[in-house]
Amino acid sequence: MSFLSIDGLSAGYGQMSILSDVVLQLDEGEIGVIVGANGAGKSTLLKAMFGLVNITAGSIRLAGDDITGMAPERLAARGVAFVPQEYNIFPTLTVNENLEMGAYSRRDDFSAVIEGIYRIFPPLADKRRQMAGELSGGQRQMVAVGRALMIEPRLLLLDEPTAGLSPMFMSEIFDRVLAINATGVTIVMVEQNAKQALAIAHRGFVLANGMNAFTDTGANLLANPEVARSFLGA
Amino acid sequence: MDEFVFFLNKAVISGLIIGSIYALGAVGLTLIFGILRFAHIAHGDMMTLGAFVTLVLAGAVSLTGVQSPVPLSLIAFIPAMAITAVVAIGIDRMFYRPLRERGSRPIIIVMASVGVMLMLQGLVRILAGVGTRNMFFDQPKDIYRIALPGTPRELVLTEPQAVLIGFTAVAVIALHLFLTRARLGKAMRAVSDNPDLARISGIDINHVVAATWVIGGGLACAAGSLLSMDVVLKPDLSFNLLLPIFAAAIVGGIGQPYGAIAGGFLVGFSETLAIFNWSVLLRPFAGVLPAWLEVPGNLALVPTEYKLMVPFVILIIVLVYRPTGIFRGRVL
Ligand SMILES: Nc1ncnc2c1ncn2[C@@H]1O[C@H](COP(=O)(O)OP(=O)(O)OP(=O)(O)O)[C@@H](O)[C@H]1O
Ligand SMILES: [Mg+2]
Repeated sequence: MSFLSIDGLSAGYGQMSILSDVVLQLDEGEIGVIVGANGAGKSTLLKAMFGLVNITAGSIRLAGDDITGMAPERLAARGVAFVPQEYNIFPTLTVNENLEMGAYSRRDDFSAVIEGIYRIFPPLADKRRQMAGELSGGQRQMVAVGRALMIEPRLLLLDEPTAGLSPMFMSEIFDRVLAINATGVTIVMVEQNAKQALAIAHRGFVLANGMNAFTDTGANLLANPEVARSFLGA
Repeated sequence: MDEFVFFLNKAVISGLIIGSIYALGAVGLTLIFGILRFAHIAHGDMMTLGAFVTLVLAGAVSLTGVQSPVPLSLIAFIPAMAITAVVAIGIDRMFYRPLRERGSRPIIIVMASVGVMLMLQGLVRILAGVGTRNMFFDQPKDIYRIALPGTPRELVLTEPQAVLIGFTAVAVIALHLFLTRARLGKAMRAVSDNPDLARISGIDINHVVAATWVIGGGLACAAGSLLSMDVVLKPDLSFNLLLPIFAAAIVGGIGQPYGAIAGGFLVGFSETLAIFNWSVLLRPFAGVLPAWLEVPGNLALVPTEYKLMVPFVILIIVLVYRPTGIFRGRVL
């Protein structure tokens, strides 16, 4: 039984169905990467895992427990954190306050966790009293990921963490993702930059029209000519 | 010099008083907008209701025959703030929350608040009648006269005015500390910034909503009570308050508490300066001015009866030239 196990998941917005019969399995400590064309339903899949869209069929299990449609505060208690694709910071709160809000469900002393996040993202350390909305795009993404890390998650859901970043910042974010994963955090990441992302993925999932198109190891998907032709723009 | 003291009393102190009232009302309005995303039309009547609760509490205590060194209303408004806060939460649970949970559009909730406004107006009239009431029924208002050097004229401040100025200062500082230091205060700012991300972060929206009503209802009660102590309690108090507090909240930038405070004082001072008779300040110079320039008897920009025009004009200017307000709030 996998650590994260999604079976026959169908979900959508209101009456509109977007995902149908999606399957996704990931072992503990792995990086799973979801790729696919614009509008394929990648974000919807992450939102479904975080209880933010209407699930009409199927189940999501974490370490054997059913977490289908569970509310965010209860997911936080189970160690699931989510970084949305857009609007993923509190712009008029300071960097430090953004991190504190990430820890809202914790009642213990989390000051050591905050310091740990400044070690993972050193550029944020000198900006902790600055409004997050004033930072550069790359630093804003660091705040967004840092906020999610505040619960010390077991499972981290990242929706396009490199969107809109220059190649230099992009590889910096990928490095951080690897570093976070090295601490034992299981990661599910949606990415537009499919080649770089699949290169660091243990498992890759290609979605098309809200359904599984290909599922394999990251390396195999990169080597698969059919995937390359239709999804990697090669 | 006498004329200058007259100016201090009529324009500066009056501006400070009415500005404090507007600031206390506008802060609640802007927080409610920031968190709940609707214009709370019933806010003026929440101020009237608060004043009425203060009167009832003070009256009830006076019936017990207790001798108080200070006028009862000046003490009663503190517990009345708590009662009004609870009533505000109750109104939200009963009328606004069901609409929110149903995902109603903001305009629907605004309309519900118009209904609540009419209801509160009716309620206060049924319980208190339509006449005016003196909040200082048990003892007269103290009047503080502050002597100034070089003039027989004095600065004049009444007891409730002094309390109001002190209370506003304390409330602003307390609110600032709450919003920047307290976990719940920061969560309020987070919800106002990005409600979806607040939910994703596990922030309990119900706590934040309750805190918003406690602050909004409590400050509305304090402002309404102290204003009616300064003048008298009338059931239509809110009529002259609603437009200025909306103007103050919008001028300050919707959703920006510090903006609302600044906006409150801006609107308050604009009003008193607009109705101030400037010819008083010119009179001492009558001797040195050329003979053909006769100082007219009244040089007020706006006649007192039209004072409500001032916030209206400010509102229009802001909405046309800077719809986000001074502190860059949301666009309505
Ligand atoms: N809030 C919403 N309400 C209704 N439909 C939505 C909503 N969000 C997304 N959709 C629709 O759902 C489909 C899948 O969207 P989704 O955001 O999951 O795609 P995506 O694969 O993440 O695309 P992108 O690469 O552009 O981020 C699209 O057709 C989109 O128009
Ligand atoms: Mg997406």
